[in-house]
Amino acid sequence: MSDPTPLLSVTGLNVAFQTPRGTAQAVNGIDFTLARGEVLCLLGESGSGKSVTLRALMRLLPEQRSRISGRVTIAGEDLYGLPERRVEDLRGKVVSMVFQEPMLALDPVYTIGAQIAETIVRHERVSKAEAGRRALELLEKVQIPSAKRRLEAYPHEMSGGMRQRAMIALALACNPAILLADEPTTALDATVQMQVLLLLRRLQAETGMAVIMVTHDIGVAAETADRVAVMYAGRIVEQGTAAQVLKTPQHPYATGLFASTVHAGLKDRRLDAIPGAPPDLTALPPGCAFAPRCARRREACDVGQPPKIRMADAREVLCVDAVAAG
Amino acid sequence: MTVVHTLPPAPDVGGPAEPLLKVEGLTKHFPVRGTGFFAPKLVARAVDGITFSIAKGETLGVVGESGCGKSTTARLLMRLIEPDSGSMIFDGELVGGELSLRDLRRRMQMVFQDSYASLNPRLTIADSLAFAPVVHGIPHGEAMAAAADLLEQVGLDSATVLGRYPHQLSGGQRQRINIARALALHPRLVILDEAVSALDKSVEAQVLNLLVDLKRSFDLTYIFISHDLNVVHYIADRAMVMYLGKIVELGPVDRIYAAPAHPYTRALFSARLSSDPERRTVAVAIEGDPPNPINPPSGCRFRTRCPMAAEVCAAHEPAAIDLGFGHSVACHLHDPASGHAEARAHV
Ligand SMILES: Nc1ncnc2c1ncn2[C@@H]1O[C@H](COP(=O)(O)OP(=O)(O)O)[C@@H](O)[C@H]1O
Ligand SMILES: Nc1ncnc2c1ncn2[C@@H]1O[C@H](COP(=O)(O)OP(=O)(O)O)[C@@H](O)[C@H]1O
Ligand SMILES: [Mg+2]
Ligand SMILES: [Mg+2]
Repeated sequence: MSDPTPLLSVTGLNVAFQTPRGTAQAVNGIDFTLARGEVLCLLGESGSGKSVTLRALMRLLPEQRSRISGRVTIAGEDLYGLPERRVEDLRGKVVSMVFQEPMLALDPVYTIGAQIAETIVRHERVSKAEAGRRALELLEKVQIPSAKRRLEAYPHEMSGGMRQRAMIALALACNPAILLADEPTTALDATVQMQVLLLLRRLQAETGMAVIMVTHDIGVAAETADRVAVMYAGRIVEQGTAAQVLKTPQHPYATGLFASTVHAGLKDRRLDAIPGAPPDLTALPPGCAFAPRCARRREACDVGQPPKIRMADAREVLCVDAVAAG
Repeated sequence: MTVVHTLPPAPDVGGPAEPLLKVEGLTKHFPVRGTGFFAPKLVARAVDGITFSIAKGETLGVVGESGCGKSTTARLLMRLIEPDSGSMIFDGELVGGELSLRDLRRRMQMVFQDSYASLNPRLTIADSLAFAPVVHGIPHGEAMAAAADLLEQVGLDSATVLGRYPHQLSGGQRQRINIARALALHPRLVILDEAVSALDKSVEAQVLNLLVDLKRSFDLTYIFISHDLNVVHYIADRAMVMYLGKIVELGPVDRIYAAPAHPYTRALFSARLSSDPERRTVAVAIEGDPPNPINPPSGCRFRTRCPMAAEVCAAHEPAAIDLGFGHSVACHLHDPASGHAEARAHV
């Protein structure tokens, strides 16, 4: 990691959607960077803006109905300054994405092998035969049994876990520098989830690609992340190393989320649930969006946006109570 | 908490020593068609001869991968589907015999995962909550008053919620309403089928606290079905582990979680995610996806994924072995007489 310029950097990203109920402020000024080979987890509950953030990094948001501001730089290029043709080159080749639902990525009418080969041919000037060879290699790499036979399979002929692996193979077809993974194991059974997470971890280590893993599950973050960013109402409320954020969370929402997650040792104890519900994104308060649910709320919380405080251990916390480095 | 009952709770017929529910050999096979015109008729052995009982006031957790028959079991217990065979005795009374299905459904209620699909979108919350009591003969005015009271019991403000429609509420609020509706007839047993699984963690914790409170104030017994092993550990007294339509292990959660006896239970538990980034999982416990219950393997159904499988496992189906302390396991490894080379006795 001698290259000081990050592979990806996001500064002041805002995304708002026009909805019949008003303007929904889905992402509200987030900043983060991703180094080469790093795994960053965006952790948050549903509606906190994780998927919108990922789609913004691929420039996949509907241009008509969304308002995007801020800056996204990928491998030195200003993503929102590029012509659409260049963005298409980037997708798949530099940045690639996997989803919770593999059928979002896989085409039901083509075989797995044909889809992977087609992606390779589109991005790289190689022969069809060469692309076919690479497709087989990829299926082996994602540990699909009888890979050769599976090249000829249609997505619906595969089990859930195999489809997930096939989608990962497709995403990795052109050796992207960044993999964006949107809850890729959420719909899977525990045993299969663990298989897919270990696979992703191994592929990441082998290829050195950087990963942004979106999840609502603390366990997925603990199993995969180098760094964790906790999102709430479209903001990153805490960001630091996985150990910092998961073992000694500082932001009241992060603390609350961990306290309400059931784990061993809580039996017969009352769960420390966060009261209330997340805010309406069409009517965010002027102050901290978590304040209405926060046990440590005080006057300052409702006045304006909480400051981003950089603590002594270098983590960043969006809270008036956080203690800045001296 | 004060409880207003419009319907009196069902009487405790058999006394405290009588299990609330005894299930024996419950079986449901679904006919499924293969693809193609001449495809043979197949059967999915969704639930295949399960026997268990549940004591008054306890919470039985049911775990296992998708397709193992958890929801089918729940629907059989509720008699939303007819079993092919097997019997059910509710508090000493044979279901379908002394106890009519209508009376069973007053005593047993269910909450599903999908909070939205479970509510009629065209009924206000008040009408949804009053519906079953009115059917059971409660005057409309009283049922409405009880609905308001129930909403308060599940932590919702009745004044704002009664007149609303399901789509105007959050998933967490809707699930509270489904719980209130399940309680409207004052049942004794509530089956919760992945009832908190779709909720965000902070809301899930609220609803789990609520379930614990309601169990006490309504004197309930729960069957809690979940794929989340941590949640089952937290809420259940006993756990039942299912694999392809069979019960593979059953016992007190403290014992099962401390020392899982079935190789499948061990595999399932070791697939739990770590919450400590410095102590990550290093190896998978079992390969492959859970198979489906059409043409399940002979003998022990887990043997095709089991690291300990031997010849006997294909030849004979293992019977439940009593390990003491109410803990039982269906695995040849625990039966010295089974012929499995590594079997040992548990004394
Ligand atoms: N295309 C869209 N139009 C309008 N609202 C949207 C759109 N996409 C997402 N949103 C809203 O933005 C918010 C954040 O969504 P999302 O990023 O999907 O959350 P999550 O953290 O669960 O992935 C949600 O309130 C969602 O309803
Ligand atoms: N109505 C039905 N017709 C055919 N097969 C069914 C039906 N209901 C359930 N099954 C099958 O029975 C098995 C058990 O399903 P289910 O009880 O829903 O499992 P679980 O709740 O544990 O995920 C599955 O293989 C499922 O496909
Ligand atoms: Mg999402
Ligand atoms: Mg189910």
